[in-house]
Amino acid sequence: MNGMVNESPGGDLRLDGLTKRFGRITAVDGLDLTVAQGSFFALLGPSGCGKTTTLRAVAGLEEPTSGRVLLGDRDITRLRPHRRPVNTVFQSYALFPHLNVHENVAFGLRRRGIRSVDAEVARMLALVRLDGFGPRRPAQLSGGQQQRVALARALINQPQVLLLDEPLGALDLKLRRQMQVELKRLQIEVGTTFVQVTHDQEEAMTMADTVAVMNAGRIEQLGGPADIYEYPATAFVANFLGQSNLLAAEAAGPAGSEVPVTAHGARFSVPADRARADRGAVHLGVRPEKLHLAGTDAGLPAGHQHVAGVVTDASYVGVSTQYLVRTAWGGELSAFVANSGLGGQLPIGASVVAHWDPRHAFLLPREPGHGDRAAGRLDAPVGAAP
Amino acid sequence: MTARGRHRLLPYLLLLPGVAWLLLFFAVPLLQLAAASLYDPGGSLSTGYAMTWAFGNYPDALRAYWPQFARSFMYAGAALALALLMGYPLAYAIARKAGRWKNLLLVAVVAPMFTSFLVRTLAWKTILSDNGWLVGLLRDVHLLGPDGRLLATPVSVVLGLTYNFLPFLVLPLYASLERLDPRLLEAAGDLYASPAQTFRRVTLPLSRPGLVAGTLLFFIPATGDYINAELLGTPNEYMIGNVIDSAFLVRLDYPQGAALSFLLMAAILAAVFGYLRRADPSQGVL
Amino acid sequence: MSAFRWLAERWVMGVALLVLGYLALPVLVVAALSFNRPSNRLSYDFAEFTLDNWRQPCATPEMCDAVLRSVQIGFVSTVVSTVLGTLMAFALVRHRFAGRSGTNLLVFLPMATPELVMGTSLLALFVSAGVPQGFWTVVVAHVMFCLSFVVVTVRARLAGMDRRLEEAAADLYAGPWQAFRLVTLPLVLPGIVAAALLAFSLSFDDFIVTNFNSGTTVTFPMYVWGAAQRGIPPQVNVVGTAMFAIALLLVLLTSVRKGTLLTHSVEEGPPVNNT
Repeated sequence: MNGMVNESPGGDLRLDGLTKRFGRITAVDGLDLTVAQGSFFALLGPSGCGKTTTLRAVAGLEEPTSGRVLLGDRDITRLRPHRRPVNTVFQSYALFPHLNVHENVAFGLRRRGIRSVDAEVARMLALVRLDGFGPRRPAQLSGGQQQRVALARALINQPQVLLLDEPLGALDLKLRRQMQVELKRLQIEVGTTFVQVTHDQEEAMTMADTVAVMNAGRIEQLGGPADIYEYPATAFVANFLGQSNLLAAEAAGPAGSEVPVTAHGARFSVPADRARADRGAVHLGVRPEKLHLAGTDAGLPAGHQHVAGVVTDASYVGVSTQYLVRTAWGGELSAFVANSGLGGQLPIGASVVAHWDPRHAFLLPREPGHGDRAAGRLDAPVGAAP
Repeated sequence: MTARGRHRLLPYLLLLPGVAWLLLFFAVPLLQLAAASLYDPGGSLSTGYAMTWAFGNYPDALRAYWPQFARSFMYAGAALALALLMGYPLAYAIARKAGRWKNLLLVAVVAPMFTSFLVRTLAWKTILSDNGWLVGLLRDVHLLGPDGRLLATPVSVVLGLTYNFLPFLVLPLYASLERLDPRLLEAAGDLYASPAQTFRRVTLPLSRPGLVAGTLLFFIPATGDYINAELLGTPNEYMIGNVIDSAFLVRLDYPQGAALSFLLMAAILAAVFGYLRRADPSQGVL
Repeated sequence: MSAFRWLAERWVMGVALLVLGYLALPVLVVAALSFNRPSNRLSYDFAEFTLDNWRQPCATPEMCDAVLRSVQIGFVSTVVSTVLGTLMAFALVRHRFAGRSGTNLLVFLPMATPELVMGTSLLALFVSAGVPQGFWTVVVAHVMFCLSFVVVTVRARLAGMDRRLEEAAADLYAGPWQAFRLVTLPLVLPGIVAAALLAFSLSFDDFIVTNFNSGTTVTFPMYVWGAAQRGIPPQVNVVGTAMFAIALLLVLLTSVRKGTLLTHSVEEGPPVNNT
């Protein structure tokens, strides 16, 4: 149809102060975001963080309270969904149950008045490896096959941006792994901008070039998966993307290239370029896999800092053993020790020294009054006030 | 902006014809009936009725027809008891025991309703007739005396009521039994409940919504029915519906008919609300 | 012991089959009586086998007129109540608006009111408004009590429909009207058809409300009621049997076509929104 501008050169997807309120609840709070054309972008966050609302605002299924959605130079904020060069793979797919696979995939083309769709549909079905499935009904397909039909149904329209709402959420673990690879392959093949919403950090990290971690309607951190993981910006990110030991500490400003901090009476330091905050209340953070355990503090690698404690719990998980170490001040540290050597496991009650390379540590701002945040407690409410 | 304004008006536009219909032909007539029940009982259809706020119509009507009133509730109650005894096993069997025959058995429950209500009821006249095989059989086994009969007795009226409204009881009951997670029954068995205890402690309480809905769907029309009493009974079995019918259509005593209608509705509402309160899940077992 | 267990596991089914027999018995009797040549006008007993009743269903012309009248009334009532009720169901499911719970109550009340009360109150209204009773007053009454059942039936279907399907249609370039025509309507249609069939059977079979509002118009149930006093022509049983057969055939055909007559013991594929 005429209203569709599919041939235009597209461009980056930009959100400009996007805000959506439902009554008194603010789901999305002044979001500014640029998604580069052709990139695989993930919006990662816990349920209720506003990521799906953001996606729906881009699709046109939700009208923003304020702010703009721009595609290249084009403002599409008020454009109705059927006029946007954007397509969606819905959560649990939303395949039309009364239409067969062929008609589901052809739906978008037909709506735009394209008569001969058969060749294109066949090509799309081949792309998602569902050749010959055209005459089947969605109910006759497995979850993974339905997922791929949903993908084909969206991609056939050659959208400028493909939106994926928890695309793999309904699949079992093994299939999910397989589809992660498949989706990534498809994205590279078609070169479309993919924006994916997920609450699964592993999914976001394996697939996306850029990840935005969302919490309470705002973006907490944006960047490459490794950058975010290695140097999180907030305590929320540090514990939503993987786990972190966060010690309540006080800092008194940088001293040279180091930021010295005091935590529970002990003195530590962190390189200045790994400090998000260098004054007042801070969290000293170390990832559990970067925390090493030794029997005594003699012979620690040069430059390592350490804390003494007692092993209170050990869980063998195959590739590694996860230890909980109780420190002198009563806090608990989590340490993942790779099971790469022949050495046996540390018994519960063993006195150990937990040590780390300060170049792996990081400093985050801390709300005064907040204490330690131990990792290893997956069920502990993360990001909420204790 | 205009599109949004239209959007806000849309539900009202969609509702308007239907709601107007219900207000005009359901709500307003009820008010009219209420008014008619207070008309001067001395009036007539030809001379016209005067509104005299004759509240005395109510006690008068009740005094004159309390046996029919009592009978309506007794017959409907007896039919309900019978229907529960028959309907629960039926609903349970279809929902939990029928396997792949489930839908076919459901059709068998609904199908009799496709035959006209009155024609079906008349068929009972044949079944229960004095020369029929049923009466003959019952006489042979001495459940009935040699002159005993079924037709034109309270038994036939109650049987007819039970028969005619049984599907209304079975269908909601089936729906709630069908939703019951079979793992709950297995869990009960796992926790040392015998089949009987599982039924009493798990199945029965969880089927209560269907039981309540089915009971109401059965009881309300059964109490107001007068076709069964007319076709299968005699004036000795007349229910309040027969009286109301004749008040409006034979005796043309509108104030009395209206008063009786309202009394019937009030009595049913009282029974329904009393029952709903007792059946409230928060109040424990039925 | 094994016999006891066998019985314990099957007695419920046994009782159920007996009850189904109780439900089916009158229908069988009606079917049998449709082939009966009664010994006299007032007899309800089977006397002699004949095909005459089926050969000449309209031997009593008044009866066939009554059937025709019932079909006409049923048709008009069904169309009107299905249209109005479907509109209401859409409003109730798809919109949040002031007065929604009041509307729900207004829809619920007629289903909880004895037919007798609805019939007499409409009679009181028509009489006091001086409306002559006949075909159209019956239609008005039938639409009134069918409406609630249509709303409830369509509402259930609509509420069970995944809103994302319509969003998917919009996402795939279908305008609001196209999304309605291509996705919403086909998915809700079974509910609307079921509602229409229900409305027709309610209307066709209604006696009590009709009895108070028909004036001199005679519907099929009215005819049977009147004839019950004077003697029933055996063709009444032909109509009853034919209605039963037609309805049953419709049900069986649709469920065979959709393959739902016998439920599959093992669900195939994942639980998706089935049609």
